[in-house]
Amino acid sequence: MSDHAHALETSTGLDSRKLAIWTFIGSECMFFASLISTYVVYRNKSLVGPFPHEAWVSPAGQHFEPIIEIPLVTAGTAVLLFSSFFVVLALYGAQRGNRKMMIGWLGATILCGFFFIGMQVYEFTHFVHKGLTLQTNLFGASFFTLTGFHGTHVTIGVIWLITMFILALRGQLPPENSINLEMAALYWHFVDVVWVVIFPVVYLMK
Amino acid sequence: MTAHATTPEHLAHPEEHAHPTPGMYVRVAIVLFILTALEVALYEITYGEHAGAFGNIQPVFVPVLLMLSAGKFALVAMFYMHLKQDSKLFTGVFVFPLIIAAVVIVALSVLIAYHHAFAGGVIT
Amino acid sequence: MATTVVGQETHAAGAAYGEKTGLWSWLTTVDHKRIGILYGTTAFCFFLLGGLEALLIRFQLVKANNTLVSPDFYNQLFTMHGTTMIFLAIMPLSAMFFNFMIPLMIGARDVAFPRLNAFSYWVFLLGGLFLNVSFLFGAAPNQGWFGYANLTSRQYSPGPNVDFWLMGLQILGVASLAAAVNFFVTIMNLRAPGMKLMRMPMFCWMSFITQVLLLLAFPVITVALIMLMFDRFFGTHFFVPSGGGDPILWQHLFWIFGHPEVYILIMPAFGIISEILPVFSRKPLFGYAAMVFSGVFIAFIGFGVWSHHMFSTGMGPIADTFFALATMLIAIPTGVKIFNWIGTIWGGSIQYKTPMYFALAFIAMFIMGGLSGVMHAVAPHDLQQTDTYFVVAHFHYVMFGGSIFALTAGAYYWWPKMFGRMLDERLGKIHFWLMFIGFNVTFFPMHFLGLLGQPRRTYTYQAGLGFDWLNQLETVGAVILFFAFLTFLINVIKTWRRPATAPADPWNGATLEWSLPSPPQEWNFAEVPVVHSRDPLWERKRERGGPLPEPLRVSGQGIHLPAPSFWPAVAAVGVMGLFLGIMLSPKVGPWAIFVGVSVLFFGVFNWIFEPSYTSIPGVGGRPRAGHH
Repeated sequence: MSDHAHALETSTGLDSRKLAIWTFIGSECMFFASLISTYVVYRNKSLVGPFPHEAWVSPAGQHFEPIIEIPLVTAGTAVLLFSSFFVVLALYGAQRGNRKMMIGWLGATILCGFFFIGMQVYEFTHFVHKGLTLQTNLFGASFFTLTGFHGTHVTIGVIWLITMFILALRGQLPPENSINLEMAALYWHFVDVVWVVIFPVVYLMK
Repeated sequence: MTAHATTPEHLAHPEEHAHPTPGMYVRVAIVLFILTALEVALYEITYGEHAGAFGNIQPVFVPVLLMLSAGKFALVAMFYMHLKQDSKLFTGVFVFPLIIAAVVIVALSVLIAYHHAFAGGVIT
Repeated sequence: MATTVVGQETHAAGAAYGEKTGLWSWLTTVDHKRIGILYGTTAFCFFLLGGLEALLIRFQLVKANNTLVSPDFYNQLFTMHGTTMIFLAIMPLSAMFFNFMIPLMIGARDVAFPRLNAFSYWVFLLGGLFLNVSFLFGAAPNQGWFGYANLTSRQYSPGPNVDFWLMGLQILGVASLAAAVNFFVTIMNLRAPGMKLMRMPMFCWMSFITQVLLLLAFPVITVALIMLMFDRFFGTHFFVPSGGGDPILWQHLFWIFGHPEVYILIMPAFGIISEILPVFSRKPLFGYAAMVFSGVFIAFIGFGVWSHHMFSTGMGPIADTFFALATMLIAIPTGVKIFNWIGTIWGGSIQYKTPMYFALAFIAMFIMGGLSGVMHAVAPHDLQQTDTYFVVAHFHYVMFGGSIFALTAGAYYWWPKMFGRMLDERLGKIHFWLMFIGFNVTFFPMHFLGLLGQPRRTYTYQAGLGFDWLNQLETVGAVILFFAFLTFLINVIKTWRRPATAPADPWNGATLEWSLPSPPQEWNFAEVPVVHSRDPLWERKRERGGPLPEPLRVSGQGIHLPAPSFWPAVAAVGVMGLFLGIMLSPKVGPWAIFVGVSVLFFGVFNWIFEPSYTSIPGVGGRPRAGHH
């Protein structure tokens, strides 16, 4: 990162980096829209089970329970929402030069991110044990692709936040550089609101 | 070389407003939590353990659920992403793609469902 | 800002005062002008390659039952011709002008993110090479540029052909998205004082709309290609009917991207024409605001017409009607544009220079392409024409008669600005007539062939169907086109030998780029200009009561410039490595992906943590470009 903040030099008076991250987020809307479209189009189109909300008996007589487990994912959803709250507090601290506040809340955000990724890893392995893989049916393919790419975004977000955390620890994130954290925070919030859409569409709708 | 002579017609001035306080963030967090709880509760009384406790509410389930989600989405975008007090340009850059994205999701669902209902459908 | 005049000198192209030269300086460059030249050179090479593929196609079709190329190689030829011309020629040739001209036109020192700009170029280059390396393995993509499922499934395309195509397109998508974010922010944020949005040159407006289209269209093809990749590599059934998948979904996703994509290809052309016509008519652009809003409207409606590419899939009467009407609706803003161009010329003092020839031909050819486009919008009509040469005629009239004519016009128009040398007028006129005649002889008969029923993408035809003489005529036209571009090359080589003495303003231009020396110095504007109108340079000339004096080359003391960087190229290699790794992973294991990702992270992290500015020793000035 270089050493000037010259947002006031631009025609709109807005920082170019902030405008760029918003532009990228706008573009990402279409990325997730395409993935969600695919999931919605292929809902109830799977030829074989296991299914998200219904039990299924295979031709071989094997019995499969409904795959989706709402309590665990609800916890993950709540944690992700809270992490949005934490990161906004971290940014509040960063903009006011309150290092303790910034580092503390940033740490909390990263822990939430780890929790969410852990939740997803657990869920995926659990599904695989229950007999649902990418190749099993359309539900498996569209579910793993949609939530997996969201999980990839969460992972990139966590790496970004950890980078910011290290900078903060080293004292390299003074208020005039808080734009760097703000970009990471905006990306993180976006990943959160995407999950706000995915959660009801994938887990709650039958 | 101060280039501040150009503030385009339709753009708000940046950073010239009171920032929201942590207190407000906390209030938003509580509302978000309640909305998520409502979503899950709605699922419970429609399909879950307590299905039928309030009669058959399946027809309203999806619309209500989507409204709750849209509310959460809007809260995070407005308060945590600061769209409420930031430049309108950011809002535009975010909301315009959102509209196109929503239309694409609806259009694709309808088109593909209709395509298979249509007897003359040709499979390529 | 202190600047010292060092006098008027002549320079080698691209080597302005105090600039470094040599291979390393080009590898690490972050200067938008050099990146523009890199884009242009690379894209022109790919353009020639795509033209060669087209020539082979024409030689194969010169007579009935010809056996010049095998059916499979013919499939590779038309697939790669389409893919190359769209992704590796027209788009990057437009990007050349985005890069070189937009910062000059809006009065900026560089783009918002110079290193991201370099990254875009290197990713584009590697993606283009990745696609074309497939020829060396005899396994070039052979499924058509639209990659319709389920022909692309492992079952029907077992070889690596489709893999090269889908990975190549993913790599190119990364380059396009990075560039789109960059130019969106550049146009929004780096305008000179007084350069309001509604005072921007029309080329900047049309480019701006293009960036929005890129941002919204490319993620969709990214997702479609991801699903195709999963189908081919991980055994999913997204588009495989035996697993419940729906090939129609691929078509929808592809055209949700593909239709905006055709506007991505034509919008920059609209912009170039809107710059050239006023200058050579000595008259401001007619209906500026109508031009802007019609462009916005075309882009907006362009997202709601994708299924007109799919009438023959049987969508049913309601969908057919909706998409037919929406498509016809687009004819209205397009007509507005055409009448505004005619209004611009009307009553002007027209200078018949080479760029003007190409611009006028553009209008005529684009109208013809547009008219056959409206014919396609009529769904029953379309069912008769679909998959025939009539469609090929239509899109060549808009892509070649439109985009390529406009880009050629732009090349002749901006050549002196980019390289400090005027292209030869006489050779330029010869180029024009060869191209104009060759183009029409090649593509006009395709309308008739299509209506006679010659199918597209078919490697040969039977004798006695009435196709023979028209196909021969088309092949003659293709050869004329070959000589047209040969003339252009001769023109470039001939003028390159002369010293770079082009004046700053050879055409009596209206926009800011003509206020700078040719070629501009590394920092473009020693002093940032202040703009009061839509034609800032004409305004200055009016105030002065005559032509402006030749701008002097100055030393860039105290001007901050983005520092050259090696890391964007490393990150670009990482992007290619990621997709190459996925492609190799079935054979060598998943570690290949890990290697690519590692290189990418290594490049990105070094990029982020290197200082991004340098300044020529002297008085400190504040930069106007952004950071990354």
